[in-house]
Amino acid sequence: MTAAQEATPGPRAGNGLGVSGARVIFAGAEAPALDDVSLTLARGRVLAVLGPSGCGKSTLLRAVAGLQRLDAGRVTFDGVDVTKVATHRRDFALMFQDGQLFGHLDVAANVGYALARRGVGNSQRAVRVDELLDLVGLPGYQGRSPSTLSGGQQQRVALARALAARPRLLLLDEPLSALDRALRERLAAELREILTAEGATALFVTHDHDEALTVADDMAIMRDGRVVQHGPAREVWAAPNDPATADFLGFSTALDAHEAGALGLSNKRWALRRGALRVVAPSTPGALAGRVVRSAMAEDAARVTVRLDALPGRELLALAPPDAASPQTWAGLGAGDDVGVVVRPEAAVAFPARGSRP
Amino acid sequence: MTGPATARRRSLRHGPGPLRRAPLVLTALAVFPLVFLAVFFAWPVAAMAVRGFGPDGTGTDVTGLGGFVDVLTRPRVLRVLWFTVWMAALATLCSVALGVPAAHVLYRLRMPLAGLWRALVVLPFVMPTVVVGVAFRSLFADGGPLAALGWDGSWQPVLLAMVFFNVSVVVRTVGPMWASFDPRVAQSAAALGASPREVFRTVTWPQLRPAVISAASVVFLFCSTAFGIVLMLGGLRYSTLETEIYSLTVEFLDLRAAAVLSVTQFVLVATLLVVTERVRVGARRGEERLRRGVAQAARPPRPARGDVPALLAAAAVLALVLAPVVTLLVRSVRVAGAWSGANYTALAPMGVPAALSQSWRIAVDAALLALALGTCVAVVVSWRARTPLGRRGIAVLDAAFMVPLGVSAVTVGFGFLITLDRPPLDLRSSSALIPIAQAMVALPLVVRTLTPVLRSIDPRAREAASALGASPLRAWMTADLPLLWRPFAAAAGFALAVSLGEFGATAFLAQPESPTLPVLVYQLIGRPGQANFGAAMAASVILAAVTTLVMAVVERVGAGAAGRMG
Repeated sequence: MTAAQEATPGPRAGNGLGVSGARVIFAGAEAPALDDVSLTLARGRVLAVLGPSGCGKSTLLRAVAGLQRLDAGRVTFDGVDVTKVATHRRDFALMFQDGQLFGHLDVAANVGYALARRGVGNSQRAVRVDELLDLVGLPGYQGRSPSTLSGGQQQRVALARALAARPRLLLLDEPLSALDRALRERLAAELREILTAEGATALFVTHDHDEALTVADDMAIMRDGRVVQHGPAREVWAAPNDPATADFLGFSTALDAHEAGALGLSNKRWALRRGALRVVAPSTPGALAGRVVRSAMAEDAARVTVRLDALPGRELLALAPPDAASPQTWAGLGAGDDVGVVVRPEAAVAFPARGSRP
Repeated sequence: MTGPATARRRSLRHGPGPLRRAPLVLTALAVFPLVFLAVFFAWPVAAMAVRGFGPDGTGTDVTGLGGFVDVLTRPRVLRVLWFTVWMAALATLCSVALGVPAAHVLYRLRMPLAGLWRALVVLPFVMPTVVVGVAFRSLFADGGPLAALGWDGSWQPVLLAMVFFNVSVVVRTVGPMWASFDPRVAQSAAALGASPREVFRTVTWPQLRPAVISAASVVFLFCSTAFGIVLMLGGLRYSTLETEIYSLTVEFLDLRAAAVLSVTQFVLVATLLVVTERVRVGARRGEERLRRGVAQAARPPRPARGDVPALLAAAAVLALVLAPVVTLLVRSVRVAGAWSGANYTALAPMGVPAALSQSWRIAVDAALLALALGTCVAVVVSWRARTPLGRRGIAVLDAAFMVPLGVSAVTVGFGFLITLDRPPLDLRSSSALIPIAQAMVALPLVVRTLTPVLRSIDPRAREAASALGASPLRAWMTADLPLLWRPFAAAAGFALAVSLGEFGATAFLAQPESPTLPVLVYQLIGRPGQANFGAAMAASVILAAVTTLVMAVVERVGAGAAGRMG
């Protein structure tokens, strides 16, 4: 696997997590929740498992944690089969969407929980708790009750708690989804730093591709219980291997071969990110001529729905950044205005014309 | 002019309702039940208490406490006190020890027919005490399947009957709470390296403790004030405070000693309630705000090997519940070793149909009264007061209406006898006395059923209706009423069932010529001869059937809204 080859062995050498042929069928369900899933995750790396809700990613996480019995397949760590090992003996840690802190314990006792279970003495425990609270940016919070913390602070404590005993593998189930957007974006960057600082091996489940890109080294895309693409995060991000994955990763406009040809792209199926079409002044050389259908303001650009003369049957979304057309008019585009549109192939991805849809 | 923002702020501050005149309406609502409580509870109970104080006629007692010293140092009274306390403690221990594992099995594991088992475990709670008394007699008395143990008239059947009644309180308080825990908390602990036992000790138990303490305190309360089952099963040898008060009053006419014991009991119960409330509040602190996020609707797991002890406990509970009930049913249709309906055909000449209709009439009156009073109280105590003073006032009111739960029905009945028998209120011969006494007994249950629902109603639904142009009344009918009528029906049925089976207060007040059915059953079982015992069993079956029917309708309509105690 590419991920394993690229991994630099951490201080504790080994080949990390392996999942092979994992299968879970829920009673009464039409399709398996996990269908022959195989994955690897080298030590010291962070893998984001990404997919729409119901794709089986949380089931995969629960199976790795030992909370979900596998109907077929194996989970290994450092080559040792742990499929039948009870959750509390796997030396993993699990962090949920909304923290699940122990409300009757203070912050220090929450963070030190795993250490206490491993018989670590009070003074050593206190040292590690202090260290982790510093790491997650909550120094001095030892004596606080979880109920007095904000949602973001609770997640930080939950992260510190999961990291405290230096588990072999950290499992994160949508750890940031319950937070508001600004906090989520900030915490995603911090999460990356904290995981790197701890040298943690982590499996991270999310439905947010931006978050995955920020936090993870590797990315696995899941759909309908299967892993459809798996590799280094940037490669997956730049080159999704089928239209459905592309759609999920933000290539929100799909074009068939005929439509792509009309836009001057090669005769294949294409998927475009939002920024792939850009509004320019009407008579710009090389631009396609079109007309504004409607226009809406966003923080960094006007989102302009256009109908191109070359493709009159379809409305397409294009962006108009402030510097594209004349600065005075970009915000003032109205229905019926003539505009030019240029295509930026670097924000688009092509698939073979008769691709095999999974 | 009032802008919409101001209006919104005000309605948020006020909690439910439109109302600048709210305090006025609330006060009016509070006054009616308060007056009632004063006349038909505080006054009789206080008058009874006063009998225990004061000079004893010899002129040597200056403090007025001589009566207490005198009565409380009698050897028999000390024995009764001791028996009351250890019996209640042991029964509480057994109820918790069986009830908590049973709650785990019935609410947290995937069991076949789980709904049926749950219904069965809850059944005892609505059983009239006299029925349970007769059922346990049928189990242990001559001719019963367990007669060989020689326990008839001893303390073991009393203990078993107490556990029979109260294990359902534990299961019903602890089970739903336990089932509502987010499984991910325990899963987090397991993933952090805690073994199943450690998960229970460090995570589950601390969450569960408030519910268990609350259930245990209610159970102890019920056991230490148990009347009917002790009177019927304890025979002549075993007596608790409650039965002692009864026999001192009715048999020995020693009202002063009875009053002393009533006061003693009240003090014990009040102390218990205060202590457990402290413990419960302490244990609950810090829990509230953490319950955010939506718990995963995970399917309960199948029983595993570690669940075997819990499964055994649940089986023991079911056996304990079923054995007396089934024995009662079977023995009621057997006469002289053969199947026969003779016990039932003998009921008519013994006045059972008349007693049943008398019971029903009284219970309907009592339920209506309890419902009217309980609704007023529930509306008032569920109000979100703005000022500290208002909040304190509401808390006091809330506690005041829970006091009848702590004062024994016998004391209430006894108090009625000594206060309401002369002007200004001479109700001794009035038929209103029994329904009023029963309503006082049922009132706390009605309040407990309605208040949580009223408190949980989100004012925003009503505010949304108001914002769409609904008048306050219309908004209330649109948003609140649909949520209320089910618990309302449940409370009504609950009050009806409680009144139908009420024995403690009614035993004092029923007129000899027109007894209620529980009183008649008690009279029957006190008479010698197999024919009377057979009739008592048959009448018990009928009483149990009527109560069960009422509760079944409640369960159907109220969909589980009834009967969350504690």
